[in-house]
Amino acid sequence: MLCMICKQNAAQVHLTQIVDDKIKKVDLCEDCAKHKGINDTAGFAIADLLLGLGASQEMAQAGGGEDTKCPGCGFTAADFKKAGRLGCSQCYVTFAESLENLLKTMHKGTQHVGKAPYGLRQSRDLADRLKQLQKKLDRAVTDEDVEQAASLRDEIRSTRDQIEHLAPGVKP
Amino acid sequence: MTIQEFLTSPVETARRTGPHDRIVLSSRVRLARNLRGVPFPGWAKKAERIKTLEAIRPAVESLPQLAGAFSETMDNLGPLDKMILVERHLISREHQAKGAGSGLVLNKEESLCVMINEEDHLRMQALRPGLQLKQAWLAIDQVDSDLETKLDYAFSPALGYLTACPTNLGTGIRVSAMLHLPGLVLAEQINQIIASVNKLGLAVRGLYGEGTEALGNVFQVSNQMTLGEVETDIVDRLNKALQQIIEHEENARAKLLEQKPKMVFNHIGRAYGILANTHIISSKETMNLLSLMRLGVDLEMFPGADRTLTDELFVVTQPAHLQRQFTEKLAAEERDVLRADMLRERLRQVGRPSPKTPGAGASPLDKRN
Repeated sequence: MLCMICKQNAAQVHLTQIVDDKIKKVDLCEDCAKHKGINDTAGFAIADLLLGLGASQEMAQAGGGEDTKCPGCGFTAADFKKAGRLGCSQCYVTFAESLENLLKTMHKGTQHVGKAPYGLRQSRDLADRLKQLQKKLDRAVTDEDVEQAASLRDEIRSTRDQIEHLAPGVKP
Repeated sequence: MTIQEFLTSPVETARRTGPHDRIVLSSRVRLARNLRGVPFPGWAKKAERIKTLEAIRPAVESLPQLAGAFSETMDNLGPLDKMILVERHLISREHQAKGAGSGLVLNKEESLCVMINEEDHLRMQALRPGLQLKQAWLAIDQVDSDLETKLDYAFSPALGYLTACPTNLGTGIRVSAMLHLPGLVLAEQINQIIASVNKLGLAVRGLYGEGTEALGNVFQVSNQMTLGEVETDIVDRLNKALQQIIEHEENARAKLLEQKPKMVFNHIGRAYGILANTHIISSKETMNLLSLMRLGVDLEMFPGADRTLTDELFVVTQPAHLQRQFTEKLAAEERDVLRADMLRERLRQVGRPSPKTPGAGASPLDKRN
């Protein structure tokens, strides 16, 4: 068996880790293992190694091949394989398909749930509010609560207005 | 003003206090941000990097939190300046290697530090002594919110803040704390702790971050995942893990004192013996021995000495800090001699260690467990 990093020497260090019920195995030669700091258990995080290794593998296997070029910055999948980093923010669109699996193994989820710039945060809140109001309106209509329905309709109209007035880039 | 004049003196730095600072040396929260439509620093050409720096730097300098800050481009900092900044944990080793097109903005209190054109266009960090992750998060969150009104961030509703490396994608947050864990190391429990911390999706690294060894029993614990989790949850999760580690470290110390007091006193006594009498000593050995002396101070074995001394020595005995006291360039061997001179001189005021626990020092043999 050959080392997964240099693909030249025989693998002599074998590591197994279970991530999300999936077994991940890494086989390395002594030089590469030493280089990755595996002898020094204190400074070594197996996930770093796995993530780094996984990234280039995923990119190599992903559709589009190494010729796909980012129109934003001219970065290619081959460049990513070499650098482990992307060229520009547009690369996330260009290589979206290839990155999907990688992100799944790397992170807790694939949908951002944290902080957003103020404009977008506002837009996210308004969109949520609109959905809530719509639900309430449906219920009011079913219950034939005319008064409630009328006031909800006003609220929906004003929320829509607020969304209309958001900057074009942040509308939901 | 040069960066060396700007920086707080190591003795002042060592005097900073915070919650749990017996074990937690410092807390840090860092956010990665990039500008829309501009290549990431690693892929941008030099002219583009300079342009980005010129766009970002004034925006950062104009923040009220950074009024009176030190602001400089990396090509205007000398190799010694940069190394001192690394030894103070204010910039990364990656940033140390940067020149034209990269920059640094640091506030007077050294609690906010912004690296421009490191791996990402912006790497902003809030630092606090002791365990204060929440405070650090609130501080950097505010800086980020203020900056977003001045800069056009690369952000996608689905993927969050877009970063050069997919490992930072989403929140772009790295929450970390630096821990001094001599008890767990002496009790040989540290690998177990590291393994269980790793299982929580947290990384444990050495003194200078990624890929460095744990000199002086100092470990950095940080989150690894940045996408699919809210910032405050990440902060809480790390906080909980750290509370556990602190408890384990305290337990390890108590148990060692109870079961193997002679072993502990031996390590501390020898550390003092070498540090106070050495004539040639490397920076690595110094850090490891100072760590044991710091443990001795925690165990009240050095009457009259406090943690300020060991913490200051931990910084001033490092290569760049030692070098800066001399005009001529020192070779490693010369530094080892000067370091030893400094240690002997500074430890003359510290008496020999003596175990505080009554009776413990008198037991003929450690209990075997």
